[in-house]
Amino acid sequence: MADFKALPKLPKGEGWIWCTCGALIFILLLITLLLGVVVDNAARTFWANEIVLYELDNGQKAVGEVTKDDVSPVTKSKRYQLKIGNRDLYGQDFRWFDEEAIKTKSFPENAVVFERKEHGNFYGFFKQLKHSSQFTLVSGSIEDQFHTLYKQSKKAYKEVESLDELIGDLSNKDRKIVLKMKELDYKGKATPETIEPLLAKQQELKDQFNQSQDKRIQIENKLLENIAVMEDANGRQHEISLIHIVRFYQPNKMSVLDKSKLYVSKIYELLFDNPRESNTEGGLFPAIFGTICVIFLMSITSFPFGVIAAIYLREYAKDGIMVRLVRIAVNNLAGIPSIVYGIFGLGFFVYGMGSSIDGLFFSERLPEPTFGTGGVLWASLTLGLLTVPVVIVSTEEALGAIPQALRENSLALGATKFQTLIKVLLPMASPGIMTGFILSMARAAGEVAPLMITGVVKLAPSLPIDGEFPFIHLDRKFMHLGFHIYDVGFQSPNVEAAKPMVYVTTLLLLTVVVTMCSVAILFRNKMLKKYKTSAI
Amino acid sequence: MDNTTTNTNNPIIKVRDFSFYYGDNRVIQDVNIDIARQQVTAIIGPSGCGKSTFLRCLNRMNDLVDIARHEGDILLDGHEIYDPTIDIIELRRKVGMVFQKPTPFPKSIYENIVYGLRIAGITDRNELDETVEKTLKRVALWDEVKDRLDESALGLSGGQHQRLCIGRAIAVNPEIILMDEPCSALDPRSTARIEDLIGELKRDYTIVIVTHNMQQAGRVSDITAFFFEGDLVETGATEKIFTNPDKKQTEDYITGRFG
Repeated sequence: MADFKALPKLPKGEGWIWCTCGALIFILLLITLLLGVVVDNAARTFWANEIVLYELDNGQKAVGEVTKDDVSPVTKSKRYQLKIGNRDLYGQDFRWFDEEAIKTKSFPENAVVFERKEHGNFYGFFKQLKHSSQFTLVSGSIEDQFHTLYKQSKKAYKEVESLDELIGDLSNKDRKIVLKMKELDYKGKATPETIEPLLAKQQELKDQFNQSQDKRIQIENKLLENIAVMEDANGRQHEISLIHIVRFYQPNKMSVLDKSKLYVSKIYELLFDNPRESNTEGGLFPAIFGTICVIFLMSITSFPFGVIAAIYLREYAKDGIMVRLVRIAVNNLAGIPSIVYGIFGLGFFVYGMGSSIDGLFFSERLPEPTFGTGGVLWASLTLGLLTVPVVIVSTEEALGAIPQALRENSLALGATKFQTLIKVLLPMASPGIMTGFILSMARAAGEVAPLMITGVVKLAPSLPIDGEFPFIHLDRKFMHLGFHIYDVGFQSPNVEAAKPMVYVTTLLLLTVVVTMCSVAILFRNKMLKKYKTSAI
Repeated sequence: MDNTTTNTNNPIIKVRDFSFYYGDNRVIQDVNIDIARQQVTAIIGPSGCGKSTFLRCLNRMNDLVDIARHEGDILLDGHEIYDPTIDIIELRRKVGMVFQKPTPFPKSIYENIVYGLRIAGITDRNELDETVEKTLKRVALWDEVKDRLDESALGLSGGQHQRLCIGRAIAVNPEIILMDEPCSALDPRSTARIEDLIGELKRDYTIVIVTHNMQQAGRVSDITAFFFEGDLVETGATEKIFTNPDKKQTEDYITGRFG
């Protein structure tokens, strides 16, 4: 009992300071690690790796890029994972090779990589070119010949693309006429006088459609005759149509500058193009656009509601049991699992409000739903509901932090409560309100679960905003970076091939969120500077 | 002296049997007092005696407290200020207030001064400019700030803040200015300047000042009222209160035997 004095004396409190410091360092390390892994993997995805040719002991050969190396758990020797591509030939993209089984390694200069519209990459060598009568070949090496042929074919393919657009346009118009007829029918105005011109128009469209379709097939068939005959590592021949090639390069010949150019072009594709190959290749533009759209719509719905509700709670409501209950409820709303919000959104917005809207305004289209199915509007509103508590809590706190004296000063000068609110309180609370806004944005951007049942899709045929009247289509389904991560990473049939895309998508989502938040933070800091209360 | 007498005969505020409650807690009991026109009336008393509460009743600032209620009358120029038909905005414009802690709004110096005018709907730029210059000269700030009227008022010093707040209060041209311990947060030099200013303002305004600095009450006021535990113990000419009070309680307080 009396021995405690003999214990070594610890400095008072210092240990705890070390503890807090340690916890902070631990968290920072974890965040750095996470960011490091994501950035490292994502950044490497688009770099053109060297193509390696392995000659194996059994006489077989393989070309591809090394994606991983480790120690085999079975043979305890070093092994390499090669992306060998050519899925249509081998049925798999990746193969492991034991170090011991490899006789020689080389980096052949003439190795070629094709990025294709289907079946992933092709790794191999040029063998021969076949071309249709419409193009001419220049003399020179087979690579040069391929270059010119590829350029010509790409140019010619533009016509097919514009025809595709036209065909899409025509079928859209046709759909509108069908809707119009349905509407007339529904309203009981379907007389021969009203229907006939529509039918005539429809026939006209159908003719145009068929013509364009035929023309398209004709042009494409002609272009399909342009073929690169390729050879894989073991000399197996394979014919690839030039129009199926998205990009080609010969990494073993490329300088760092060339590789950088390729890198930039791939990033450009990522940011501004549509996805290919069930989202594992190509661009992410629709997903980026969808994500920003949803965050934006979420903000403009949840922000005003949250701020107004908080103003009422803090400035006008009489403090009592009701207000306290509401406050507790609001605080706890922030803790409800987001999937619950999703289900609520589905039940209330989609099936409840959506179906009513369909019944009232789009009844001629039924049973095909317009708003009665998940869409960008309902997903945004669901997210808005999810983030409203964050806005309310931070706005209330910001208003509560303003000294009572300022309110009294304003009132004593003959201001009404409302004037005081507009002229003094809201400007002073604005930095705090912005903080809530930023938090809500960050939270909403990271949510996937509620979106999955209120309108996000793997591949949306069109964007929520486009050139088609009325330009903003809030009923449309959309793509989202967060869902994209889940879909590509865990729902894709070819997980190994999709992996780089998961990293890239993650990095992109982080970038979108950080960028949007940074802009908001800049605004907030400006406000802070302006309305900082003095410390007298 | 003659002037004082006429003013006392025609007081601007008459308080009759006024009691004030927070819930069931009576904080002011049966106060009767006349506030003389264009005089400085000081209210003194120990902490918690109800002097600030009483001051805040004069422009109904206590309305902000939900559980507050009152009995008796306060008449401003013969009108009952607690009459439900009275326009409380109009009342507060007539009876301005300066608080203990100077709290300029986080706006420019200019906007602080014209705040009361702007919310009253005055937008004429010339009128606003004129008021700003006149007011700032009045509170002896003009020379210090005339070149930075558009800068934030928060950049001024504490003493300047309080003069700005007084300026803000007189910019709406009130008849009465209530001051709730206006110097308690200031250093002696700033305090002296505010006291000088009070002497100046007395020519045009009726001033009621709450203070627990008795020297200050002696220096600036013409009439002194002594509050103790919610009761108005004694009121009279400042000179008399400080030299020859009628009540024993007053004398004890003045001489520092308690409080």
